[in-house]
Amino acid sequence: MKKIHIILLVLIAAAIAVLITFLQNTSTYDTVDTAMAKPGKYVHLMARWDKSQPLEYDAIKDPNYLSFTAVDTLGKSVRVVYHQPKPENFEISERLVLKGKYEDGTFNCESIQTKCPSKYKDDPKAQQKSVEGQGGSGY
Amino acid sequence: MNYIGENLLPGQFGHFFIILSLVASLLASFAYFKATGPVLDENRTYWRRLARISFTIECISVFAIFGIIFYIVSNHLYEYKYAWQHSSKSLEYKYLLAGIWEGQEGSFLLWSIWHCVLGLILMRTAGKWEAPVMTVVSFAQFCLATMITGVYFLNWKMGSNPFILLRESGIYDNAPAMHINFDVNLPVRPDYLSTIRDGNDLNPLLQNYWMVIHPPVLFLGFASTLVPFAFAIAGLWTRQFGDWIKMALPWSLFSLAALGVGIMMGAAWAYESLTFGGYWAWDPVENASLVPWLILAAGIHTLLIYKHTGQSLRATFVFLILQFFFILYSTFLTRSGILGESSVHAFTDLGMNAQLYLLLFVFAWPFVVLTAARPAMKMKMGITALALLTLTWLSGEFGWAIGGLHLAPMLAFGTILAGVIALIGVIQKNVPALHKEEATSSREFWMFIGSLIFFLSAMVIIFKTSLPVINKVFDMKKAAPQDEEFAYNQIQVFVAIIIGLLTAITQYLKYSNTSAKFFWKKIALPTILSAIAATLILAFGNVNYDKHGLGFLGAIWLAIVCAVYAIIANAGYIWIGLKGKLSLSGGSIAHFGFGLVLLGILISSSKKEILSHNTSGIHIPFGEGSEEKTGENLTLVKGMTMRMGKYDVTYTGDSAHPRKQQWYYKIHFKSREGDEEFTLKPNAFVNYKGNEGLMANPDSRHYLTHDVFTYVSSLPNPDKNKDTASFAPFDRKLGDTIFYSRGFITLERVATRDSLPFEGFSPADSATVVTLKVQSMNNTSYTSEPLLINRNGVQLSLPDTVMAESLILRVNKMTTGGGVEIGLKESDALLQYVTLKAYKFPMIKVLWLGIIITAIGILMSMVQRIKAIRAGRAK
Repeated sequence: MKKIHIILLVLIAAAIAVLITFLQNTSTYDTVDTAMAKPGKYVHLMARWDKSQPLEYDAIKDPNYLSFTAVDTLGKSVRVVYHQPKPENFEISERLVLKGKYEDGTFNCESIQTKCPSKYKDDPKAQQKSVEGQGGSGY
Repeated sequence: MNYIGENLLPGQFGHFFIILSLVASLLASFAYFKATGPVLDENRTYWRRLARISFTIECISVFAIFGIIFYIVSNHLYEYKYAWQHSSKSLEYKYLLAGIWEGQEGSFLLWSIWHCVLGLILMRTAGKWEAPVMTVVSFAQFCLATMITGVYFLNWKMGSNPFILLRESGIYDNAPAMHINFDVNLPVRPDYLSTIRDGNDLNPLLQNYWMVIHPPVLFLGFASTLVPFAFAIAGLWTRQFGDWIKMALPWSLFSLAALGVGIMMGAAWAYESLTFGGYWAWDPVENASLVPWLILAAGIHTLLIYKHTGQSLRATFVFLILQFFFILYSTFLTRSGILGESSVHAFTDLGMNAQLYLLLFVFAWPFVVLTAARPAMKMKMGITALALLTLTWLSGEFGWAIGGLHLAPMLAFGTILAGVIALIGVIQKNVPALHKEEATSSREFWMFIGSLIFFLSAMVIIFKTSLPVINKVFDMKKAAPQDEEFAYNQIQVFVAIIIGLLTAITQYLKYSNTSAKFFWKKIALPTILSAIAATLILAFGNVNYDKHGLGFLGAIWLAIVCAVYAIIANAGYIWIGLKGKLSLSGGSIAHFGFGLVLLGILISSSKKEILSHNTSGIHIPFGEGSEEKTGENLTLVKGMTMRMGKYDVTYTGDSAHPRKQQWYYKIHFKSREGDEEFTLKPNAFVNYKGNEGLMANPDSRHYLTHDVFTYVSSLPNPDKNKDTASFAPFDRKLGDTIFYSRGFITLERVATRDSLPFEGFSPADSATVVTLKVQSMNNTSYTSEPLLINRNGVQLSLPDTVMAESLILRVNKMTTGGGVEIGLKESDALLQYVTLKAYKFPMIKVLWLGIIITAIGILMSMVQRIKAIRAGRAK
């Protein structure tokens, strides 16, 4: 066996080890219920902003405190605290990926990813909506 | 039915050229395939002529399609969905092109255009390689052409057509207002065009000059990776296994430079105009194009090994084929919508997933059949491919599952993987290899290790990026780990260490073997200099990024040492090894630049500083063990100076874009140490096109050693702070006073002016300027000058505000007897503020400089290799 083959095997073994570690460190996609079931564990909570509940953000008082209620597709809701201002597209986002932990009754969010219809501009449904808006205002 | 105002001719031409392009590229592929036949075949020249004509027609068609789209978009022909969807009348002319390649169809077309340009060059320069190489290029063109046909083929939509009409695109299906009698079951109203006043516009975040230049360069990179792939396939197919190397080398170098610059332009765009807070976020879109670059770099190095020693030919084949395969895979990832959950980029799902999957399939299995040595093997491989494809299709169609696990995604993934493995099998079986042990003191040994590291690093990155694909295949629901960027960085920092070290020393080794004396004599000086330089950087550079522990910091330090070594050793090699001959030093210059890239990345990422730590408002008690220290955002009230790092920062004012809902905020920075002073103008789209919310673009101040970077992260909500107070009228004469809650106001002067520095203010107009002195209780006084403009007999009042006192003053009218009616309002809503995030990025210039030098070095090597080919031919 050539030296280069030994190195090759060692490197490939290292790469595989890295990937297995990676797979073990992955987190999970959760609903409100399942996230609450594992407090203190980092999860991806899939939900949307419940606009009927108050959103708390006052940049004068504290620009690093945002609090709102998120509701998932099953209708369960949770209070979310996020130490940043509202992320871009927050208002028009149909779905939020909230990354963080459920602790002491609130979901402490480290980052929020917004998924909004305008981003999916080629999405036929979003376009139909946009046309309806336009057609409507034309009359 | 006749629709009023439609201009259908461009679309009809467009459809025609799309079909022509499809047919011409298919014919070119076939004719070039025939022209590759046995040397004795007399018809070869005829086939080649036919192929050249077809490919030229294909090129004309592609350019025509692009020209027509440009015509449609620039003339705002909104009867075409593409123009309506990607542009608007307020869109600046320079962004029309950006609007075109914002869409899937436009970006496929851009890719296709570059294939045409490269194909035309290959047609003239590839010599005996023209036919086989152009077979592959023409075939790729055919595949891209199918992406924009938009025809139905056995109930299956092939591609997405950019010339589809708005009324036929189905988006009016649920809009009664657009139909006759407001009934969606009836046809679209004949005068529908008159109701469309403007297009949907280019996404405001993409209204940026980078969007004009980054996609063309990136797609040139994408397109150029086809050429090394085509040469490798040509070598396998014609069984001239080593001959193609010489021709493929300059093309591979070009591709490496173009793709690298294209990717890093995206990084510069992200840094300059988006609010990631950095230039690289290990986002799937970035990774997907970085991976082919890494594999291509590995392939170029093994190619050089082969050229000098005859070793590593198989690895060269594998790398140069795989790099293109990963370009296709990145296309699949970014356009199929599979990344939906895991990326910040916008993805569109055009329902073309099956076609994108087929794109991967046709670049794997058919090439296995094409390059397999014996007819029996070709047959066997062909049958396997068809069987796998049919099985995948059936399992998708009928939703076959085993134990609740869907078979289709697994089969689809497996089929592609099997195709790639089969292709590697063909290489393994046919390509000859030298069975000789490389000496550990040889250059090729370490070059090969370097290539291997690059390749494995690419595999690790793409595996992590493919998590959504893995989820789909194995029906799992794994999400990215908590600190996704660190998951990449903690591995790639070791890649940086090894690659930095190898980049430094490998050039000092000779091919075959190197005597220890020779090596140490040459490398001694650069090593000593590097040791000194690295020590100085570590001692005085304050690189103390300890967020992930001392182990990671140690790795960063080691990587910095290696990067410095790479920089100095390669710069030194130009004199020590090459005696300063610049024409030969492309490689050294590229490696020198690459060392700078590594150093720039390491220092700018580990020393990135947040300036806008919250010093206002209430301290938030974070939970114990929380990663959050203090808030990263700072609110600035207009006119009130705040501390931010070593700066005193004031929000001094704002201005609006003349035509768009885009606002620029003037933020003044003044250093407390010395006389450094500057103003940044980050901007934001506010409630753009009726979409509630804020889309921010940063601004930065560039210095040689660092950048100060800031963007608006929040603005007051205009609805919440609605001004409910009203103006109270006061009729006063000169010298009279008005009392308000915190002081009094004196009417000092009333003057009339004929000229004012306003746009369109004509001499016929006049204005009354009322000077008011505001005396507040705390002994400060302000001057306020509201205006009353008389313009063509119409009176217009321009109020003035006294921010500190929350006052708005205006002139209501002139009263009889020389009096003035002053309107006064006291309002809490006057409080204007912005919330900012600000960073300091050190040494980012080193990264950009490194990229440019690397690209120049690579292109110098390319020129040198082209000269060598020409000299070889002249002999």
